Amino acid sequence: MTELINFVYLLSAVLFMLGLMKLSSPATARLGNKLSMAGMALAITATLLNPEISSFKMIIIGIAVGTVIGAVAAIRVKMTSMPEMVALFNGCGGAASALVALAEFQSAGSSFSSFNMVTLILSVIVGSLTFTGSVIAFGKLQGLVPSRPVCYPGQQVVNALILLAVAVLGVVVYQDPANLLFFYGIIGISLLLGVLAVIPIGGADMPVIISLLNSYSGVAVAMTGFALANNALIVVGSLVGASGLFLTKIMCDAMNRSLANVLFGAFGSGDSAGGGEEVAGGSGGSVKGYELEDVATVLENAGSLIVVPGYGMAAAQAQHVVRELCDYLEEQGVEVRYAIHPVAGRMPGHMNVLLAEADVSYDLLFAMEDINDDFSDTDAVLVIGANDVVNPAAKTNSSSPIFGMPILNVDEARTVIVLKRSMNPGFAGIENELFLKDNTMMLFGDAKKSVRDLLSALKE
Amino acid sequence: MDGSIVIGLYIFVLALFAGAVLISNVPPTLHTPLMSASNAISGIAILGALVVAGESLTVEAHSVVGLLAVVFATINVVGGYMVTDRMLQMFKKKKH
Repeated sequence: MTELINFVYLLSAVLFMLGLMKLSSPATARLGNKLSMAGMALAITATLLNPEISSFKMIIIGIAVGTVIGAVAAIRVKMTSMPEMVALFNGCGGAASALVALAEFQSAGSSFSSFNMVTLILSVIVGSLTFTGSVIAFGKLQGLVPSRPVCYPGQQVVNALILLAVAVLGVVVYQDPANLLFFYGIIGISLLLGVLAVIPIGGADMPVIISLLNSYSGVAVAMTGFALANNALIVVGSLVGASGLFLTKIMCDAMNRSLANVLFGAFGSGDSAGGGEEVAGGSGGSVKGYELEDVATVLENAGSLIVVPGYGMAAAQAQHVVRELCDYLEEQGVEVRYAIHPVAGRMPGHMNVLLAEADVSYDLLFAMEDINDDFSDTDAVLVIGANDVVNPAAKTNSSSPIFGMPILNVDEARTVIVLKRSMNPGFAGIENELFLKDNTMMLFGDAKKSVRDLLSALKE
Repeated sequence: MDGSIVIGLYIFVLALFAGAVLISNVPPTLHTPLMSASNAISGIAILGALVVAGESLTVEAHSVVGLLAVVFATINVVGGYMVTDRMLQMFKKKKH
């Protein structure tokens, strides 16, 4: 029977890999996800054949409760809240790994070999801190926990001491596996560590943290796999760990920051709602606010348009009217494309999902490196709710905190139209000299209303 | 170290490489679904959870912990796959 189960696990692993492979194109991705689901269904069915299972009561209750919660959450969640949702699911994954390790320890603690013991302890540590870290990340994105970095003197020393305490307890448990109390101690301190590691990180950096926690949940599963000698868990843990790390690196590169800087730098005010309402440029030059008609005239006469959406667009729920505006312009013969910066949303690829939800065809969505050379040959750029990712200071001002960050070269276009609610600085709290340039037209107001008014002005 | 540990390590390392290659082929436009899909499969911990939840006939401390593990892992698996599917069905190509 064990051989059969292991063979089915191999089939599942193949299906998971095929699923990831099909994610290489939006045309096949949905099929890929179904293959992956089939792999999971197979693996679960095979596991239920395990002769060690003698009672199905807990299993049925657990699956029923989990299915209802998971399904309701997945159906009800708004696409703008996807980062929070992924963070929570991630936390569930971490918690599951840690709980499996705990239950194994309770039932068979002292009979584990030393290697299995080490992986079991690692699984419980990583799983627990993934759980609380994800919950805090969720809280920061939802505004339940202050989004700004929460710092206090000696913070890193405290965190280092806690890490040391976990390590010491780990060694103690390793040497005295019969003592459950120490094991609970590890869980408690790991849970605390997850909280303390994420609170000093600003809301703007949550995309990196969610990616990193995703990777941790993979590591936790792989460690559980080693402890249980379950190859399916090891394979999946590796895949997820690699995927999370890959996305973490993309996010860090897109902000030109190291992972260490994200984790310990306490970057930005994280206060996206910002205070000041004054419409004045910072250093020299002044911001020119334009009338709707001027902007409409520019769009009317443009042969090509690139839309640069930022999270502000989603916050204003403007993606649907933006698509309507673009549909209209396309009908008038304007070539319309969208340029998406890697950190445009609140998690990797978030903006693309929001635009797909608004029925924007995915072949119009371009990644930064694929479209950046085209701005200089474009008549008009429409920047909606984006700020730091179009700030030329990243290229020109070596004293700017975002210097060196790759940005969209919108300032090279003939005309740049910026829709902005007010002159508040962006997520990172930095001034933007793009707004002061001669070829920039600022249109202040709520993005949704501005776009709708633009559309009706064009239609007249 | 016995043989199964070494085999486990082989699997771990090789799967890391396979994962890195597969994932680098995913276009940026699908990075959110990628994350939620990989999230869903990380609920594979359910395999371990099912066994610990069901291995005792009577209700023991570890079977209650196992039950919790099944709940969390199921939320992860069901929620993760469903939300991924919801996102992927929105990605459409239209004629211009």
